[in-house]
Amino acid sequence: MEGIIINSLDFPVLTVITFLPLAGALLILLMRNNVLIKWIALLTTVATFIVSLPIYTQFDKTTYKMQFVEVHPWIPAWNLNYTVGVDGISVLFIILVTILSTLCVSASWKAIQEKTKEFFISLLIMETAMIGVFVSLNIFLFYLFWELTLIPMFLLIGIWGGSNRIYATIKFVLFTLAGSVLMLVGIIVLYYAGGKTFDILTLSNAIYPHHLQLWLFFAFFSAFAVKMPMFPIHTWLPDAHTEAPTAGSVILAGVLLKMGAYGFLRFSLPMFPYAVKLLFLPLLVLSVTAIIYGAYVTLMQNDMKRLIAYSSVSHMGFVTLGIFTLNQNGIEGGMLQMINHGVITGALFLCVGMIYERTHTRMIDDYGGLSKTVPIYVVFFTIFTLAAIGFPGMNAFIGEFLIISGAFKANMVIAAFSILGVVLGVTYMVWLYYRIVLNEINPTTKSQLSDLDFREITTLIPLVILVFFIGLQPGVLLSYMHVSVDHLLEHVSAENLEVYDSITLFGRYLKEIIGWV
Amino acid sequence: MEQYFIQFSLLILFLPLAAFVVQIFLGKRLPRQGDWVSISAIGITLILSLIMFATMLSSYDSGFSKEASFTWIDMGSFSIQLGFLIDNITIIMLVVVALISTCTHIFSLEYMAGDIRYSRYFAYLGLFTFSMNGIVLANNLISMYMSWELVGVSSYLLIGHWFEKDTAANAGKKAFLTNRVGDIGFFIGIMLLYTAVGSFMFSDIFEGVAVGKISGTMLTLAGVGLFLGAMGKSSQFPLHIWLPDAMEGPTPVSALMHAATMVAAGVYMSVRVFPLFSPDALLVVAYVGGFTALFAASIAVTQTDIKKVLAYSTVSQLGYMILAVGTGVYTAAFFHLLTHAMFKANLFYGSGSVIHAMHHALHKKHDHNTDPQDMRNMGGFKEKMPVTYWTMLVSTLAIAGVPLFSGFLSKDAILAGTLAFAQHHPAHLLLPVFGFGAAALTAFYMFRLMFLTFHGAPQMPELIDDIHESPKEMTGPLVLLASLSVFIFYTLPYVDPFSDHGWFTDLVVAGDSFVPGSIPAREIADHAHHAHYTAMYTSIAVAFLGIALAVMVYLRKVFSAENWVKSFGTLYDWSRNKYYFDENYERFLYQPFFRLANKVAWLDWDLYDKYFINGFGRFTDWLSRVTGRFDFEGIDQGLVDGTGRIVNYLGGTFRKLQTGRLQNYLLYVTAGLIILTIIQAF
Repeated sequence: MEGIIINSLDFPVLTVITFLPLAGALLILLMRNNVLIKWIALLTTVATFIVSLPIYTQFDKTTYKMQFVEVHPWIPAWNLNYTVGVDGISVLFIILVTILSTLCVSASWKAIQEKTKEFFISLLIMETAMIGVFVSLNIFLFYLFWELTLIPMFLLIGIWGGSNRIYATIKFVLFTLAGSVLMLVGIIVLYYAGGKTFDILTLSNAIYPHHLQLWLFFAFFSAFAVKMPMFPIHTWLPDAHTEAPTAGSVILAGVLLKMGAYGFLRFSLPMFPYAVKLLFLPLLVLSVTAIIYGAYVTLMQNDMKRLIAYSSVSHMGFVTLGIFTLNQNGIEGGMLQMINHGVITGALFLCVGMIYERTHTRMIDDYGGLSKTVPIYVVFFTIFTLAAIGFPGMNAFIGEFLIISGAFKANMVIAAFSILGVVLGVTYMVWLYYRIVLNEINPTTKSQLSDLDFREITTLIPLVILVFFIGLQPGVLLSYMHVSVDHLLEHVSAENLEVYDSITLFGRYLKEIIGWV
Repeated sequence: MEQYFIQFSLLILFLPLAAFVVQIFLGKRLPRQGDWVSISAIGITLILSLIMFATMLSSYDSGFSKEASFTWIDMGSFSIQLGFLIDNITIIMLVVVALISTCTHIFSLEYMAGDIRYSRYFAYLGLFTFSMNGIVLANNLISMYMSWELVGVSSYLLIGHWFEKDTAANAGKKAFLTNRVGDIGFFIGIMLLYTAVGSFMFSDIFEGVAVGKISGTMLTLAGVGLFLGAMGKSSQFPLHIWLPDAMEGPTPVSALMHAATMVAAGVYMSVRVFPLFSPDALLVVAYVGGFTALFAASIAVTQTDIKKVLAYSTVSQLGYMILAVGTGVYTAAFFHLLTHAMFKANLFYGSGSVIHAMHHALHKKHDHNTDPQDMRNMGGFKEKMPVTYWTMLVSTLAIAGVPLFSGFLSKDAILAGTLAFAQHHPAHLLLPVFGFGAAALTAFYMFRLMFLTFHGAPQMPELIDDIHESPKEMTGPLVLLASLSVFIFYTLPYVDPFSDHGWFTDLVVAGDSFVPGSIPAREIADHAHHAHYTAMYTSIAVAFLGIALAVMVYLRKVFSAENWVKSFGTLYDWSRNKYYFDENYERFLYQPFFRLANKVAWLDWDLYDKYFINGFGRFTDWLSRVTGRFDFEGIDQGLVDGTGRIVNYLGGTFRKLQTGRLQNYLLYVTAGLIILTIIQAF
């Protein structure tokens, strides 16, 4: 087969990291002792992380081809194979998943007192599903994992969530399911249009008629846009993030949202370049609307978790803005920003979770003067706040920077608006910081607050390291994605529609509409 | 020596950062809370800067320039290089930063003694010095922007040092956010230039401008964008609101950051990127600067808080520098930056010394209600605090533009440039009017400050016995900086106090703008030179006018200040209340902003989500009920069961036919036959 490099390691690395958490979950199923369960969960996630490391040392950065590929026949009658592999676009998400999962186990150590066993089983199944999404090279397999993420998350929110958890979890599942059902239809159509195959690479290399591309684009878009979530289908997010337990929020913000963006890069751009290019302007406008609108809504939140949840809407707007600029800087910035957002928002949810465990309130008004009561906590919170506002030398700066420089090439007006979004982002974070960290100590929660313990500090330190490492050495991460993004753009540019020229685009719209009528 | 400059610069940049790291992690556990770590780091920085400075003076080369870069990110088509640019402007600025920073460190030993976050304070000073030097050394817009933001954060941390006080925490927030507003422009400017030229390096950008890769409106926009950043940092109208509030920070910090160095970063940046400002952009710069100079001076005239007077004075002086950039004499702007750093830092230390004394005297009396910064509570401190008085007087003379002092030289250079500009562009007559007007007001309010604080009868006689001169850690920097406000340090190797010739003018020579069609630097300098004497006489005249007025009102009391207040009425109120800027911003900017945010949040949650999104749920719910009813009552009860019922009914009916009697069946058969026959017949 063309475009792949068969796994050169002496063990099936991707299959192992995908199913290792599942094996851990099965082991936990047999356990009764809660302490043992936690340790097994931790060991499983750490082991998965360690096993995932060879991918990064052995990864060939000079090729766009799929690497570590494993192919096994599955259902020959449908021409269906079990195919997994990674390229520069998916490779970085695996380590994001394995790191965040480990931290989630650690963060849930004390927070989860009831149904511990079930909780960690869900968490581990979640990890399998998430890794599966990023390594699948078969659209059928992809869809399986994609839907599999829903079940454990449904349970995580619905059982261990906050007071309004049932509403939130049903809303989450209905929203995402509605989107992915349309994707299923799209997949089936694609199967026939692309020559009766589920193989993603074959499907990407096929060329589809313009009209079909538009329909298929919308089918996939509905699934990805809900996951992202893009404006205006974002309102499941604040509820789900707020009601979820800390680990759930971290997974949701850190990984689940990225699946949508990953879908755009893996399916929409290579398979439907005409549709993407045709909808270039609307997609950019939608992104920048999400950035500014999301930031405005964030400003007015008085629940910390909700505030951070809404800020994700704004930040994911940057990611889509980057992806749909359709140039190197924008896409690489968008991908980097996905990792950054996973790190930073994950960290902020962990931070909020840590004080929530102590005080059982998430209301901003119940806090104040934290820098006096919990100084160590504040050091971490300050670092992550600065990272969140895109502070130079920290990771989000370089991501936003690349995105905006890409956006300037695409459309200056939209780019200028996105900078406004950056400033709004500073405003809500600084205001939050001012209200909870500075000022006088708030007597409401003073007595319950105690500073971070060893476990919590070790949970946060890896994220601090990532914040600075990516911020100061962004080239390391960018080098993984570079060649693949190049190849993707080459592929997209084969469709010759001049996107930077709005007048041509509007001309196309007229033509399309007339064609329809 | 020049070959080591890059290594020196690396040390100068990173030593304060190392001090910051040590202080943050270990500060509290070190003896004396580690203040010696910070002091030695900054001391070495100062020595290195002075070596560079001495080398510069000995080689006396106005064209000296050294650059070093490394590639930070390399992605083929897109790469970012970071690096240093060391020329005479850089070296002078490094000395300014290191010198004032060292003075601040030493001054703080006493001023901050016993503070609850003593080590943290020194740590932040280190962070600030690091980031400020980052701006100074940058040879590209990216590392400049990065340091620029870092400066913002250290300023935030230091203004909010006493964050328990709501005003302090608030002032920090205000400074940070106002700066960020300016930075939108800065960032847009950077991106416009990058998009057009494809590089962030100054040299590449200038070249790109020269060959016309970016020109016309775009270039003007980019220039104005960059300048917006400078407006934020250098506190120019209408973004000036944060600086007076920033005085909530400790006074040595005000001297270092909010008078001498950080706020000058905007001016420094404008000087660095001057060659790319288009004529239209320069006009914007000139008017913003000129207006700010006069506007802020008019506020300073009526303030009674000693630090607020100095704060508005700083805004006004920064306006001067910006005005100079706008009129093309950007070396004069940098000259004024240099002299202003010395005398304004000194004035702040002096005010710190006075506040320190007041604070201790009030503390002794257990009086915690009297404001130790209010000049109306002072008066007659001259004999009690001689060193503070005399050093402040020297700086006051310098800022007022009196001959023999440094401020006279630099202010004169600016005014000459402005006058020359107006002579060649008569439409812009307003610019020198701003300049000279501000000069007169400056002389007036500075002497007002001196007279109210040090002369006359004590306003609080019960305190005067407890007012003492500050200790050596505080007076040392005062004496040093006051002596640096004497003209001779700037005119050497010449000694003519009225000529603007000296090592500075020899070593810092304006280069041509890279914008095609601009006036060459040589010509601008000639014009300024011709206007020199006119400007000088006028500026001496207005300075003495201002001083004379202050003497008559506040020293001799020929006019009563109260009567003036009455006769000026509204104008006085406006000035006293800073033209109600904060109130109007609150009313017309912040509140509408939050109202909008509130509306959007409401729209999103209470309208969109609650009715539209949940509406789907409710609609589905309703639909399923209807369907359920239809299903149960219609299909199940009606159709399915109905079928059963019909069958049942029919069965019941037809059962009656099944009588089992043979006669009946025969009858049916016969009847059927008859019917069939009839049908057949037709």
